[in-house]
Amino acid sequence: MKKTGAQILWECLEREGVTHAFGYPGGAILPAYDALKHSRIHHVLVRHEQGATHMADGYARAGGEVGVAIATSGPGATNMVTGIATAMLDSSPIVCITGQVGSRVIGSDAFQETDITGITLPVTKHNYLVTHVDELARTLREAFYVARSGRPGPVLVDITKDAQQSSCEFDWEAAKPQLPGYRPDLSPAPKEYEQALELIRKSKRPVILLGHGAIESGAMSEVRELAERAGIPVALTLLGLGALPASHRLNLGMMGMHGEAWVNHTIQEADLLIALGMRFDDRVTGNLKTYATNAKKIHVEIDPAEINKNVKVDVALVGDLRAILRVMLPKIEAIDRSEWTHFIDHLRGDSAVRDIQNLPDTGHLYAAHVINDLWRETRGGDVIVVTDVGQHQMWEAQYYKHETPRSLITSGGLGTMGFALPAAIGAKVARPEAEVWVVVGDGGFQMTMAELATLVQEKLKVNIAIINNGFLGMVRQWQEFFYERNYQATPLLNPDFGKIADAYGIRNITVTERAQVVPAVQSARQHDGPVLLDFKVEQEDTVYPMVAAGSALHEMIRRPSPIVETAEDE
Amino acid sequence: MLNTFVVYVENKPGVLTRVASLFRRRAFNIDSLTVGRTEKPEVSRMTITVDADHDQARRIEANLYKLVNVLLVENITTEPAIVRDLAMIKVAATHGGRSHVLELASVFRARVVDVAPESLIMEITGDEDKIDGLLEVLRPYGILEMVRTGIVAMRRGSKPSSFARAANSTSQAVGGDDVQQSV
Repeated sequence: MKKTGAQILWECLEREGVTHAFGYPGGAILPAYDALKHSRIHHVLVRHEQGATHMADGYARAGGEVGVAIATSGPGATNMVTGIATAMLDSSPIVCITGQVGSRVIGSDAFQETDITGITLPVTKHNYLVTHVDELARTLREAFYVARSGRPGPVLVDITKDAQQSSCEFDWEAAKPQLPGYRPDLSPAPKEYEQALELIRKSKRPVILLGHGAIESGAMSEVRELAERAGIPVALTLLGLGALPASHRLNLGMMGMHGEAWVNHTIQEADLLIALGMRFDDRVTGNLKTYATNAKKIHVEIDPAEINKNVKVDVALVGDLRAILRVMLPKIEAIDRSEWTHFIDHLRGDSAVRDIQNLPDTGHLYAAHVINDLWRETRGGDVIVVTDVGQHQMWEAQYYKHETPRSLITSGGLGTMGFALPAAIGAKVARPEAEVWVVVGDGGFQMTMAELATLVQEKLKVNIAIINNGFLGMVRQWQEFFYERNYQATPLLNPDFGKIADAYGIRNITVTERAQVVPAVQSARQHDGPVLLDFKVEQEDTVYPMVAAGSALHEMIRRPSPIVETAEDE
Repeated sequence: MLNTFVVYVENKPGVLTRVASLFRRRAFNIDSLTVGRTEKPEVSRMTITVDADHDQARRIEANLYKLVNVLLVENITTEPAIVRDLAMIKVAATHGGRSHVLELASVFRARVVDVAPESLIMEITGDEDKIDGLLEVLRPYGILEMVRTGIVAMRRGSKPSSFARAANSTSQAVGGDDVQQSV
């Protein structure tokens, strides 16, 4: 049956299982929008194309399905770049569809023409320019397959206006992907398994470093079984949080720059690192020269290009984490490693006395208290917390105890401010039954707060907790530590966030004292629609501990003990 | 050390850009890159030489494989192979020096492909050292212009490249519902 490119586009999306697409129309994508009315796909109109990509990303991370974002050519397409790079660095499967000027005027600097496949080449897993309707169906099938297989990532499909308008015979079955060079399904050699098992057998002080790959692979129960059977403690990356329940006795918590002291000390003291679906990012290793120098290293990773990139490893097992662990588990011996875990518990005790939770209520509001109270109120439920980037993000990672995978959505690799609100919209669309909370700084919120309109228009119940300290807090913290408190361009003049919420018809609550936190959270949860909570917290609070960039992982700046008030209160 | 990669890629628009962009953004320094057709119209073949240590070379290979259009990568640095570069050299040849220049061309088995009153063009094929050697001895006469193709390489012996073997044993359609392992 003959169909136009525009019709083929929507039909292919439907056949790929897409139910929602996040987009913004414009000239070069208009033929596609014209055909939208015959599609079952629900289109979410965003307020900025960056928002569309973050929504697709949040949708993918919350639900595990490919997210779809749509934009027009030129500025529509370039506005997507930040969201695409965000998805790339965090291995999130999204497909971005962009309109392109007519194939006959490509290269002529036509109105709203940009070379978006050229621009996005380094930040996509793969991308396509479709100039002829005949190529469209196969290209879309390939795009979804590439996005979701192997190490997931963003794929962009740029479709010229004439390819959308012209027609061809549409045959889904015949349009099978043709990817002779693409091999996402690698598996280790038997010898590599033997070497890994031998290292685990011999180790007295092993630690598992658990990353995002565990969630992408769906290897949660296999990881848990490995840790329990062999008595191996588990440290998590930021994006790994939730892959093992925070309450699990072997869960140490987050490692790295703002990881708890005992976690980083454990890594430095270990004789074996078992890295599972993580990539030794500089935020988790600190100075590579001094990183876990006494430890052998096993790296289980789906992307062969990550092996020996940052940290040289002794054994690499390349392939799907879940499949690899399933081969290994029957050969994992139960070994008593209580001496090692007791040693770690001792480290833990030292840190507990410095916990800000032990600070008596002096009438001041600390972000850590807000997040800890939010966790206490919402624990046990099907909750997704979506954070932005900065101090609040690290406090969330430290004080919100994630028990389940896909319950924390955050921009890790790229560190994209403005991510939280749109990503939360995507998460809520993917999992409407879940309770979704945005935890966002006053800086990042202002980058994409235009999407409040999208939230209201889609009638989504998402609560927004602004951790409002009147500063670009993390940058201020770096200025405090490394630039002699020279607070250039970090104090923020903020609008009245309550009034902004009012303008969108969003209920809002301002909180200035610790005792008001719980009632405010309860009230927000009970309300039918979205609620914006403006938490006015201590302005110059600091995320501790901190491994300064370039320092060894065990050289941390610690919260002073006994705990003192921040500078402003002295 | 200089590593030589033979890279088979799908013959599609933009593939050269993808490969070049990869080397740029991963900060690998290309010494030479050539690309051309192969015995199969749908496949192009690149020869890339890069200055890299052992670990870097492995990562280059792994990163090349991450490009969806890359079919096969062979690092033939340590394998017996024929490696050739082609140069055309326009050298000043006035009647005083002409016979010396022609003698040198003959010693290096370069072919004279153009003769003009004040100059001549010679064509030479060989490994890079041989061409460098000819350039060295021609320099005193005055090199007016020079162009080199960059190297192409092929493994010695009757064994076909592993690409040819892989292509014969693999279905072309990979992906979707009928995913197959391709190598």
